[in-house]
Amino acid sequence: MASVTLTVNGKSVTRDVDPRTLLVEFLREQLRMTGTHVGCDTTQCGCCTVHVNGEAMKSCTLLAVAVNGATITTIEGLAKGEDLHPMQAAFREHHGLQCGFCTPGMIMSAVDMVRRKGTDLDDKTIREELEGNICRCTGYHNIVKAIHYGAEAMGKAGTAAE
Amino acid sequence: MYPFNYHRPSSLADAVKLAGGDEAKIMAGGMTLLPTMKQRLAAPSDLVDLNALGLSGIAVAGGKVTIGAMTRHADVAGSAELKKAIPALAEMAGMIGDPMVRHRGTIGGSVANDDPAADYPSACLALGATIVTNTREIAADDFFVGLFETALQPGEIITKIIFPVPDKANYQKFRNPASRYAIVGVFVAKFAAGVRVAVTGAGSGGVFRQFDFEEALSKDFSVKAIEGIKQSADGLNSDIHADADYRAHLIGVMARRAVEAAK
Repeated sequence: MASVTLTVNGKSVTRDVDPRTLLVEFLREQLRMTGTHVGCDTTQCGCCTVHVNGEAMKSCTLLAVAVNGATITTIEGLAKGEDLHPMQAAFREHHGLQCGFCTPGMIMSAVDMVRRKGTDLDDKTIREELEGNICRCTGYHNIVKAIHYGAEAMGKAGTAAE
Repeated sequence: MYPFNYHRPSSLADAVKLAGGDEAKIMAGGMTLLPTMKQRLAAPSDLVDLNALGLSGIAVAGGKVTIGAMTRHADVAGSAELKKAIPALAEMAGMIGDPMVRHRGTIGGSVANDDPAADYPSACLALGATIVTNTREIAADDFFVGLFETALQPGEIITKIIFPVPDKANYQKFRNPASRYAIVGVFVAKFAAGVRVAVTGAGSGGVFRQFDFEEALSKDFSVKAIEGIKQSADGLNSDIHADADYRAHLIGVMARRAVEAAK
């Protein structure tokens, strides 16, 4: 067993885990935070995307022990109480989801995209940057639209730098 | 995944010692190794994580670019210094996988793994890079031996890779839209001493140099110079994505595009 300490959504947590434990398993099974999904489990679909020290990564392809000490943000950490994060609000407003399974990963990728590319995102950039996220309802049109408006809203709300 | 002992050495000497074990595996970003372990295609007894060693960073000096082995693809793609010195290399790093994979995957891991469809081996070979390990310096020409096979000895760890700055260069990739690996990738680099052309994704023995293109381009660096040269399909891969004849055709197309776009 190995001791892993992470700061998840601002809260410090420590667990003893088998070194095989993936970060996504740590989040879902140890912390019971099931917002981060496992879709393909092969680094392709992006449903498991979380932020590790501020950068989007696929938590199904990271060992929890290997990110020991890191600061993690999951989909559960975006909203402020009852107020959705502007990107979450944009997904709801623009119907950026159908079944919703890929949505946590889409939103975590979208927020990371804004960090790297700014709040004025054209469709081409959004589609390129979404390469690592797969929606099996194929609802990309509204996802792209939601990210465009979500990015804009983040700019207005001043949350882009977070 | 089968169980393993996890190690996170904080010095290169400790890492080398641990990595020398019979069934030990070295992990850099883990973007290839972890999926392989999850599929139970690899079952190391000991996993040696290099993430506490530092070994990252990009330095440009004296006509050379030095990139630490643990430098992430995203940092190579985003480096302002590298974009000035060897823009083709930064662009190439930006084509690997997807944004999340680029945040974690490393240049050293990619080069050490030597996947026959990976991008970095073609850049190393075309630019005539030097692969520096804990014990020695290896020229790219001697480094890539075959499929997933390099000149690295068990326990030997890449610390940095040194790239000479070319006059111009470019990388063109015809990628598998699902995996984002190269079906064919061609890296062209023009130096005062001549032109080097390396092909990835196509060869059944991994990355290779296209000497006919090199010779023609060294005399005349133009698309026209290689238009008439036929790439043989012998020794090229055939799979469900592309057969050998198609790959041979793509090598010519990608090389011509690279020459045209070189800067």
